[in-house]
Amino acid sequence: MQAKPLNETQRAAASDVSTSARAKRSLRENGKSLTITFVAIALLAAFLSPLLRITMNSFKTANQVAEYGTPLYPAKPRVVEYQGKEYDIYKVPLAEGVRELALYKKGRATSEFLDPANLDAPPIVWEGAWRSLDRAWEFAPTLSNYQQVWDLLDYPRLMFNTIAIAIIGTIGTLFSNTLVAYGFARFRIPGKQFLFTILIATIFLPAAVTLIPTYTIFVKIGWIGTWLPLLVPTFFANAYDVFLLRQFFLTIPREMDEAAMIDGAGPLRILRSVILPQAWPVVIAVGIFHFVYTWNDYFGPLIYLSTRPDLQPIAVGLARFNSIYGNKPELVQAGTIMTLILPVIIFIFTQKYFMQGVVITGVEK
Amino acid sequence: MSSFKELFTIFQLQPNARREALYGLSFIGLWIVGFLLFTLFPMIATLAFTFTNINLAQETPLQFVGLQNYLAMFNDSQLRNAIGVTFKYALIALPIGLALPLGVALLLNSKHLRAKSFFSIMFYLPYVIPFVAGIFAWGSLLNPESGWINQTLEALGVQNPPGWLNDPTWVYPSLVILGLWGIGGAVIINLASLQGIPTELYDAAKVDGAGWWATLWNVTLPMMSPVIFYSLVLGIVGVFQYFLVPLVITDGTGRPDGATMFFNLYLYKTFFTFQNMSYGAAQAWVLFLLILALTIFLFWSSKYWVHYTGDTR
Repeated sequence: MQAKPLNETQRAAASDVSTSARAKRSLRENGKSLTITFVAIALLAAFLSPLLRITMNSFKTANQVAEYGTPLYPAKPRVVEYQGKEYDIYKVPLAEGVRELALYKKGRATSEFLDPANLDAPPIVWEGAWRSLDRAWEFAPTLSNYQQVWDLLDYPRLMFNTIAIAIIGTIGTLFSNTLVAYGFARFRIPGKQFLFTILIATIFLPAAVTLIPTYTIFVKIGWIGTWLPLLVPTFFANAYDVFLLRQFFLTIPREMDEAAMIDGAGPLRILRSVILPQAWPVVIAVGIFHFVYTWNDYFGPLIYLSTRPDLQPIAVGLARFNSIYGNKPELVQAGTIMTLILPVIIFIFTQKYFMQGVVITGVEK
Repeated sequence: MSSFKELFTIFQLQPNARREALYGLSFIGLWIVGFLLFTLFPMIATLAFTFTNINLAQETPLQFVGLQNYLAMFNDSQLRNAIGVTFKYALIALPIGLALPLGVALLLNSKHLRAKSFFSIMFYLPYVIPFVAGIFAWGSLLNPESGWINQTLEALGVQNPPGWLNDPTWVYPSLVILGLWGIGGAVIINLASLQGIPTELYDAAKVDGAGWWATLWNVTLPMMSPVIFYSLVLGIVGVFQYFLVPLVITDGTGRPDGATMFFNLYLYKTFFTFQNMSYGAAQAWVLFLLILALTIFLFWSSKYWVHYTGDTR
């Protein structure tokens, strides 16, 4: 350090101390940040690892899935052609390191190998049992599982069913829940609080306590083997969606309704031109929720469509597929990917609305 | 205080108020009709069924049998087993179902975490995957021979890794694992609630010299208690109705050794497989009363441990 007037040196030293303390603190903060972010990455990797595994397996051949000690990624054993014959390539530990060589002449104690890069060179003799060697693999995804599942699962039909049920159900859900939520949010009705409590209480009601008569009646009126038991109830609102929409409607200032009312707008007109234009993020959320719910729904379609596989949605189709082809994991896993791909894509494009919707239903209780 | 009787005061309202009420009722009406049709009437019918010998294919004449269906439960060892199975699973699934989303949310809320919204979205993502697909994905990981979990355990030197879904004891944690992708919703709710805790409380805790654990215990958890309560109630309602995952993976056989024959699965089989409608109805009402009792108990207990801030509406 240069000689400086005393007070300046002191000041410099003081500021030096504080910057170094700050640097140390920010270093520690960075360290913490690194650790925590690393923990999150590890946890997320574990959480999503099944997705990685089934994706990998779905591109593997049946042989690779069945064989032990094969690579995690879809691969096939490497071979090399020499003089019209195929030779398998192995990882051979030699003095100069492990080399990938083609097994040319098999022997019990010693074997002869060829260098795939220079097949005409004299064979390399290696002492040891060739059976103890590992094969060399190359990345080789196959689409054949997907092609097989496409037909075996009748995928286009299942997708059509699922999308049709989802779209009609979403229309019903949006229609009924918007109206009911509007009723609960905006009108003075004697006993409204009581009705709302009943509505919320239905969330806690086990489905089994209504299932048996409902199913029986659907049998009697001939709705079994049709989509009606899945679709008709969506037109009569449900607690979750009413709650979500009502909470949002309540945040829209009443003054706007009143202004519209003075202009002579009736209740339906107010819903259409005042409430809905402001509530569309949450309306979209409800729509997507229902769409995803339909994709997930298993029990309803199972009991109502068990006699009509041609009308079933994909979740039921996949479970049925698994009970037939459970011993062919590569097929089941390709089918699993084909089942989850659309909801995942929809989520990626709409995650903003999604997360908002979850927060409103969950936190405001 | 609102009550059922209040509904009838609509006839005493002034014309304007009555017009508003009628408009409102006509909007709500859709739900009221749906509630009567798909909830209240079936519930009462279920209750009525329990006192009869009613059946889909009524072979013997329909008659009133009193409490016979309820008494039959006491001698039903399979039902006893099913209740035991349900409680065993609940003891594992409920604590994990509460703690895991909270833990992940605490991690996502940490001020040290980078790329927070990326992590929130990724932890939520599997929530949209149909549970049937989730079962096959996690099931593949749990495979005792080829699954990554046992391969990792073996690599770490574990001698006899569990048989997971094939083992009557390990099957319960396995089922919890199969359902892991369902935690996304709870994570986001916990996270939103964590973000709603006023920072002054943390500042105050810091001034008092509270460490991480003390802050978690004395500030975070009490402030989170409404969400924990909400998750616990929904968790109990869910766990006592749990049966779809075992239904898919075992075709409802209860493998291994009846360890996955849950109450609701047994109920389902009583009705759909054994076609015993009135006995199934009695089980459904017992399940309903059990859940109701637990829910009422929780609501009663909430005044001792759930802290509501601000107005309680």
